[in-house]
Amino acid sequence: MAAHLKKRVYEEFTRVVQIPHEEAPAKKLRLSKPSKSAALHIDLCKAANSTDALQYLLQFARKPVEAESVEGVIRILLEHYYKTDNSVRLKIASLLGLLSKTKGFNPDCVVDDVINTLGNEKSHQVLAQLLDTLLVIGTQLPEGAAVRRRLVEVACKLLSDTYFGVRNKCLQLLGCLGMVDAPLGKDGEGPSSSIGGVRDVPNIISNYFTDQEPRVRTAALKAMLQLHERGMKIHQIIYEQACRLLSDDYEQVRSAAVQMVWVLSQLYPESIVPIPSSNEEIRLVDDAFGKISHMISDGSWMVRVQAAKTLGSMLQVSPHFLEQTLDKKLMSDLRRKRTAHERAKELFASGEFSSGRKWADDAPKERLDSNTVNLIASGACGAFVHGLEDEMFEVRIAAVEALCQLARSSPSFAEKCLDFLVDMFNDEIEEVRLQSIHVLREISTHITLREDQLDTVLAVLEDSSRDIREALHELLCYTNVSTKECIQLALLDLLKNLNKYPTDRNSVWKCLKFLGSRHPTLVLPLVPELLSTHPYFDTPEPDMDDPAYIAVLVLVFNAAKSCPTMPALFSDHTFRHYAYLRDSLSHLVPPLRLLGRKQVYSLDSLDSGCGSGSVESAKLFLQQSLNRVSTIQNLETPGAPDLLNFTIRDLQRLGELQTELAGAADFCATYLRCQLLLMKALQDKLWNMAVPLCLKQNVTATAAAQQILEETYKLEFLYSGLESRQVATVHHVRLQAKALQLVLTARSRPGMDLLISSCEKFLQEIECFQRMFLTQLPHLQDSFVDKLLELMPRLSSCKPVELVKILQTTLRQSGLLQLRLPEQIHRATATIIEPTGESDNPLRFTSGLVVALDIDATLEHVQDPQDKVKVQVLYPDGQSHVIHPKPADFRKPGPDRHRLITQVYLSHTAWTEPSQVEVRLLLAYSSSPSSPSTTGRAGWSDSIDSLPPAEAAVEGTIPFSKPVKVYIMPKPARR
Amino acid sequence: MPEIKVTPLGAGQDVGRSCILVSIGGKNIMLDCGMHMGYNDDRRFPDFSYITQNGRLTDFLDCVIISHFHLDHCGALPYMSEMVGYDGPIYMTHPTKAICPILLEDFRKITVDKKGETNFFTSQMIKDCMKKVIPLNLHQTVQVDDELEIKAYYAGHVLGAAMVHIKVGSESVVYTGDYNLTPDRHLGAAWIDKCRPDILISESTYATTIRDSKRCRERDFLKKVHESVERGGKVLIPVFALGRAQELCILLETFWERMNLKAPIYFSTGLTEKANHYYKLFITWTNQKIRKTFVQRNMFEFKHIKAFDRSYADNPGPMVVFATPGMLHAGQSLQIFKKWAGNEKNMVIMPGYCVQGTIGHKILNGQRKLEMEGRATLDVKLQVEYMSFSAHADAKGIMQLVRMAEPRSMLLVHGEAAKMEFLKGKIEQEFSIDCYMPANGETATVTTNPSVPVDISLNLLKREMALGGPLPDPKKPRAMHGTLIMKENSMKLVSSEQALKELGLNEHQLRFTCRVQLQDPHSDSDTLHRIYSHLKSVLKDYTIQHLPDGTVMVESIVIKVSSSAEDANTKVLLLSWSYQDEDLGSYLSSLLKKGLPT
Repeated sequence: MAAHLKKRVYEEFTRVVQIPHEEAPAKKLRLSKPSKSAALHIDLCKAANSTDALQYLLQFARKPVEAESVEGVIRILLEHYYKTDNSVRLKIASLLGLLSKTKGFNPDCVVDDVINTLGNEKSHQVLAQLLDTLLVIGTQLPEGAAVRRRLVEVACKLLSDTYFGVRNKCLQLLGCLGMVDAPLGKDGEGPSSSIGGVRDVPNIISNYFTDQEPRVRTAALKAMLQLHERGMKIHQIIYEQACRLLSDDYEQVRSAAVQMVWVLSQLYPESIVPIPSSNEEIRLVDDAFGKISHMISDGSWMVRVQAAKTLGSMLQVSPHFLEQTLDKKLMSDLRRKRTAHERAKELFASGEFSSGRKWADDAPKERLDSNTVNLIASGACGAFVHGLEDEMFEVRIAAVEALCQLARSSPSFAEKCLDFLVDMFNDEIEEVRLQSIHVLREISTHITLREDQLDTVLAVLEDSSRDIREALHELLCYTNVSTKECIQLALLDLLKNLNKYPTDRNSVWKCLKFLGSRHPTLVLPLVPELLSTHPYFDTPEPDMDDPAYIAVLVLVFNAAKSCPTMPALFSDHTFRHYAYLRDSLSHLVPPLRLLGRKQVYSLDSLDSGCGSGSVESAKLFLQQSLNRVSTIQNLETPGAPDLLNFTIRDLQRLGELQTELAGAADFCATYLRCQLLLMKALQDKLWNMAVPLCLKQNVTATAAAQQILEETYKLEFLYSGLESRQVATVHHVRLQAKALQLVLTARSRPGMDLLISSCEKFLQEIECFQRMFLTQLPHLQDSFVDKLLELMPRLSSCKPVELVKILQTTLRQSGLLQLRLPEQIHRATATIIEPTGESDNPLRFTSGLVVALDIDATLEHVQDPQDKVKVQVLYPDGQSHVIHPKPADFRKPGPDRHRLITQVYLSHTAWTEPSQVEVRLLLAYSSSPSSPSTTGRAGWSDSIDSLPPAEAAVEGTIPFSKPVKVYIMPKPARR
Repeated sequence: MPEIKVTPLGAGQDVGRSCILVSIGGKNIMLDCGMHMGYNDDRRFPDFSYITQNGRLTDFLDCVIISHFHLDHCGALPYMSEMVGYDGPIYMTHPTKAICPILLEDFRKITVDKKGETNFFTSQMIKDCMKKVIPLNLHQTVQVDDELEIKAYYAGHVLGAAMVHIKVGSESVVYTGDYNLTPDRHLGAAWIDKCRPDILISESTYATTIRDSKRCRERDFLKKVHESVERGGKVLIPVFALGRAQELCILLETFWERMNLKAPIYFSTGLTEKANHYYKLFITWTNQKIRKTFVQRNMFEFKHIKAFDRSYADNPGPMVVFATPGMLHAGQSLQIFKKWAGNEKNMVIMPGYCVQGTIGHKILNGQRKLEMEGRATLDVKLQVEYMSFSAHADAKGIMQLVRMAEPRSMLLVHGEAAKMEFLKGKIEQEFSIDCYMPANGETATVTTNPSVPVDISLNLLKREMALGGPLPDPKKPRAMHGTLIMKENSMKLVSSEQALKELGLNEHQLRFTCRVQLQDPHSDSDTLHRIYSHLKSVLKDYTIQHLPDGTVMVESIVIKVSSSAEDANTKVLLLSWSYQDEDLGSYLSSLLKKGLPT
């Protein structure tokens, strides 16, 4: 009881002194939660020895403490602090820090107490822990400049402690809290700043760069980096110190020093530093680059990774230094030797391409003067050569990435690093190989592959890893090659690949498509050979189903697109095959202008050869169609349905023809279809009929409303690139559909309770809409919502029947909302490549067991497919399973593209004969009100007036791929 | 001055027969005990009589350390330990201990059974010798005796190759053995910490070479093999059984795996199977990739590589065969070569250096017609390729190691003199440290300047700290008072009181007294007072007390006044100070001699 009273006294005391204006809530809280701190107090008093006390504290720390009682608890802890031994004090100190982090608690009031305890503390460990607590408190108080200043003073005072932990924490504190705005409080604010007014925090920190304890040196460097992160200016003076620390004995110091040097090189790239032992001077960034390059041959791999990573971001370095990083002078027995890269280049230049090397083919030639050989790489020399050969794959990957970054900003460097990247294709670790292929693709705009290089690249096509092969196909799509032999080589190797791994079919074809369209002139001389035509003899017609032949045709046709003379070389069957392929593989075979031939499709001639112009005109057409539609003022305008119908048809066709605009056209068409449905549902005269007579009508209208709802979800979630305005429009349509549903409900089922609740729900939805699209409301003038909002006061007070009536009239009067198109709309699409659904052989398995079905699909324009994309399996008996693929099953081969390669497990009871299951991909969505388009404000206001979210997060899925049928046959288990 | 002496018995300005004697801090250590491949007479083994003419080596050597299992580093070991006689400890790493006897046995078989030599060590001797071996772990510090400690570092080169750090007191030597700083398919890169030894004894096989990147060579190799196999040809790769062979196996194995190739790969000889067994066991000694993946699959459990049988050579279709020996001078590789030489689709890849006179050397030099025994000639139609896979550090690598270890001086062994000369110049120029390259039997002497460790008593330190500031400033030396006690072999710095106590001595006070005569007409007490005020004005920073018993104390210096018997005006000042206050005391006496101000 005494303890309880004591605690009350404490709380009373602190309330009054510290925050008197919060008297009232304090009382209430004390009544409701009296036990927390009291129990702790009792426990601590009971504790016979320090072990017990520690146990109590540990238990206590497991449970969270409410913000209101934190202060009381802290008082209790502080009271006990002075009575116990080191270990308990340590725990208390750490608890203080933990408690100060409690949300809603202002740790301002405990600062003094903690600082006071600091003064009396003897144990170094506890001291360090207390400083840690202060650090927490300091970071919790972003505004308290005065408090911060005090803390900085404390830290400076304790910096001379003999225990490294204390010094560490002090430096950390200085780093996190040191004043960013240096000139403050010139003439001592209060007694605390009497020691020296403003302290030069960076200077103090830099004094500890030479501390005897490596951990303190690291902490000092880190603190300095922290200062930099917080926006404080770091002076160039410490550059020299930082460079000296690069040769420290301890790896963590070196690692931090690398960062420090890097930061300085980014801050002062252009200032000039002298080179020691000579009177030359170079730019700081070059100097730093050289020094960091040197660290790539450091003894510790952590430092090497750090160094390799930082090198990649030093883009200001001069090209001279950059190119040195790939330089390695070879010698053998003191004679200059050329690297294999140089030899390959020479071989290529001399026109001879043979790799049959003889003994001593690489024999060293010229004699070197032993004085000129520089064995210690000065500066950046050969840094990447070392990095790419490193023992640890982490370093190699970092080096490859750095090469990529540097090469992207410097074409000449890209040219140089090509050989090295190509070499990395042979790395022993797949990750590195894959990474280097990706990197090469990224810089491939800068480079043209030589024949020998291409040869090495192509050798990887036989790799058994699918990822590697596909990455390589992707790379070949973007590669420029120099000669027709290269094309031939690439084609041969791709065909070999196709032969060995037939599943790569699509990827290989696509690769050849790009290869052809990139190098029409190089393909031209190869055409007769490729198509095996002969000037005199007719050659047999190749098999049209041969994937290899299709591959060759894809190459040739794509080259022919920009090479009008090529079709002249085609033989008759080639044209026939063209017509066939153009139809069956239209995404791979471009439309060709075939002079003098019977046009296979009139459409082909229409849009062939006008490239970008056609896109422009298509855009114009799209806009015109929309404008035309917008002339429909009212849904009851005669002729409106026809106009809509035609427009929808036009748009759909446009989408098919112009792939660039497919998303936009589809979007518009779907939107218009919604409008059309709405219009039809409303227009029928039957609305005026008595209820029992129009049951049939009701059914179609209900179906229409349902369909509109579904379509709006598609509109909202299937298309990417929507702006808030379009989302508002879509929601508006949805609201209309809901109104329609309400009206229909009112007509059919006059149950009063149900009606009232659905009316209420509808009203909430309107409110929700208003909140979500506050900024968009001006665009929605004269629309359905606009009118409803005007009537809102009346609506919320009137009876359901009245409401329904109002809705009905408003619905019918409301005009069509014009759709404004955003820049880029893309429809999320998915194509299941595998299973193809062509197989007649059923997948047999024993019922009750599972069979794994490989699924391979490409997804386009899907954001976060890991969360959204699901696989649905539909059994003939109507059972359906939804499977969530693992996140690791998604790969990202290119921008806006994903690839899903996964396995789904099928199982069923025994069937008498094989049947088909359907497999398709679903896009899951959830329309919670705080969806990204609604700027999150809705969620915040929700919590204020405690309305349940009106659209209570409709979860659903949209099928977005064509279903594929798989033949399966679960056999009964044999006994 | 203490010295470290290094004498190569082999490998001094030479390759082969590595054997280096080191005397450091009174200890004698033998580093490696190898044989020379080039000789068949007594020059084959190091000259152990250099160490002692008669009597067992055990009395002269404290330990023997073997860096790795190559015969030029361990070939003479049974000879030394069993035939010359050595019973002391022999240190080598676990893999070396495992593989070394296989190679020694093989070597013995060839010399005794094939060449018919007598007076050679026997299998039993090899076994006995191996019983004396104490295995080492990486980075484990092993105390050979109370003072001598050794520690092994990873050296690359071959499985189990190690560099050793030998330390006696504060003097230390690092011996690298053979090492490699570029990682390969089965081994990592050599690594050492900044141990700052007095001497770094490094191999210098490739002192004048800077090698091209490993990747190019690997790629070339794979491409050649691949192309040949695709053409349907057979590929012969003559190798020596251990070391490079495993690397090439891994290289081909992973390539076959990656590229999904089906052509068979064979490995001849039983010796390798035994060795491969050990390669599977010592996963911790291999590179990152193998270490990381061995849980799923041990890389040395070859899927595509099978044992070779003589009859396979005539099988149709492509194949790859690894066969010993490496220079095509005898044995299985030569037999296969003869069979395949006639077909231009086939290929032979020489992965290493070939000695003059061997068939390997001849065909590498482009000879297309070979004379066989019995006047038969052999037309060489198959393709001949040369591919260098070497696991020694090149010049850059050596420099890199020097930078890692930061030695105070450098000593080069295991290389040719002319090449060493170049590297020596470079090292002296770049690092400005001394570099030695003694020939066999020549001794290099390095004087060291070891720091002498002294224990200091904690009390003394604490007292010193209390005196002057909280932290010792590392930049400034500070004088402190204490007593140095040398007892047995240790040295201690303690406070003088403790020293007295420990040595059982009485403390003697040493005081200086001095009389100063002063002309002063005042009474004694007045004079004293005048002195007091005078001193007070001159010595501002010192505590000066006027004690009631008629003395003035300046710090611990006592000043008394008495008038002389003859003349009342002549006062005699008595100054007394202990020897610690000598400075102040003598200053006071000279000050008072000048007289008091009027």
